[in-house]
Amino acid sequence: MVGAHWLTLTDVTVRRRGKTLLGPVSFALNGSGLTILMGPNGAGKTTLLRAIHGIERLNDGRIEWHDPQDADGRAQGFVFQQPVLMRRSVLDCIAYPLRLDGQSAVQAREAARAAADEVQLRVNLDQPVFLLSGGEKQKMALARALVRAPRILFLDEPCANLDGHAIIEIEEILNRVRAGGTRILMSTHDQGQARRLADSVLFLHKGQLVEQTEGREFFSTPRTEAGRAFLKGEILL
Amino acid sequence: MNSIGEGLWQAAQLIVQLDSDLVEITSLSLRVSLGATIVASAIGLPLGAWLAVNRFPARRLVIALLNALMGLPPVVVGLMVYVIFSRSGPLGVLGLLFTPTVMVIAQVVIITPIIASVAHQAIRELWADYHDLLISLQATRWQRIRTLLWDGRRALMTASLAGFGRAIGEVGAIMIVGGNIDHATRVLTTAIALETGKGEFEMALALGFVLIGLAIAVNLALHFLSRTERGARW
Repeated sequence: MVGAHWLTLTDVTVRRRGKTLLGPVSFALNGSGLTILMGPNGAGKTTLLRAIHGIERLNDGRIEWHDPQDADGRAQGFVFQQPVLMRRSVLDCIAYPLRLDGQSAVQAREAARAAADEVQLRVNLDQPVFLLSGGEKQKMALARALVRAPRILFLDEPCANLDGHAIIEIEEILNRVRAGGTRILMSTHDQGQARRLADSVLFLHKGQLVEQTEGREFFSTPRTEAGRAFLKGEILL
Repeated sequence: MNSIGEGLWQAAQLIVQLDSDLVEITSLSLRVSLGATIVASAIGLPLGAWLAVNRFPARRLVIALLNALMGLPPVVVGLMVYVIFSRSGPLGVLGLLFTPTVMVIAQVVIITPIIASVAHQAIRELWADYHDLLISLQATRWQRIRTLLWDGRRALMTASLAGFGRAIGEVGAIMIVGGNIDHATRVLTTAIALETGKGEFEMALALGFVLIGLAIAVNLALHFLSRTERGARW
């Protein structure tokens, strides 16, 4: 994980209704690969992902993208924990970002078919999206996030509520996307998944960044008491 | 009960014989109410969506006002439109008083708040579902509204039908601005009022049944035509 920084956060703070959900948090990311955000419930993982992507307003601090191309929201994809299901067919849901970009319906649908293929979503693409299973819905959301060929992909616990088979499929897709050069920031509760996927780890607790380490290093030699307790499965208060 | 039975019988006879007066006033009723519904939908649906998506200081006040306007007394609307379009009124020069056009205008004033308010409620719920996705995808404000209008089209059709239902059954305002002139501005509701006034209850009931049948037929037709989901396909 060497290389120039592509993202720097300085004292990023998010407060809602008088409560601090995140921060102040400062760190920089460099190199390519997949960064895992870990931490117990309420640690601020989702808030941090949303803040970096720009869908959560900052109360304080600064987020700096070092390449202007990265800063463009259209160069970023976001997969929510609960896939947002539009009242459209599967194909039109996936094609939707390209329609926003002004592509014709024919072009956008063609690209959407390719994106569905990429995530191995092998269903009737003309059916309403709500008829899909949980794993298929998450694949649809992934395809929709990938259809613009993003430079950066955010995933907020994309495998929560999925069974083992679906989790393996999603992880295979993420490995392919990473190999294609897309940088990935992903939150997860699943330590096994984090070990399998992480190139680096951001460990959060109570809205603070407690550790930032290389993947293997975090799991073998966590530097903090909170990190050790979390890895042992202890309840963090 | 006898009058109701007679009314039903007369309604059937009028329809079967395609009574020319009935055809004329039914046709005018449809044209005025559908025209008003189209215009009010063109204003009310985007307004409802815009209010759901945008945040501005007086937003709550505007929504409260819109909800209050749903209960606008038609007679008062009719009176105001009459004053505006009367010879001495600010728009009197247009010479629209006692024409179907001014009847449409009065109905637009009455049903636009209904359509906008129902649309606002429907779009607000859809916006809550779509908010994060549309922000994440960098949809422009206009793209957001267009997406919400398209994806919420079934709920919005209900909003328009609510407006149509109110328009087709409205009598107070169009009686004042239209004048219930035979072969010019007489519609089903004003004809019913006239027949009732004359004591011709059977005829009034017959027209009433035609009116109810018409409202149901238009609702069914629109529901059928705008079905977005057919089997397992969209």
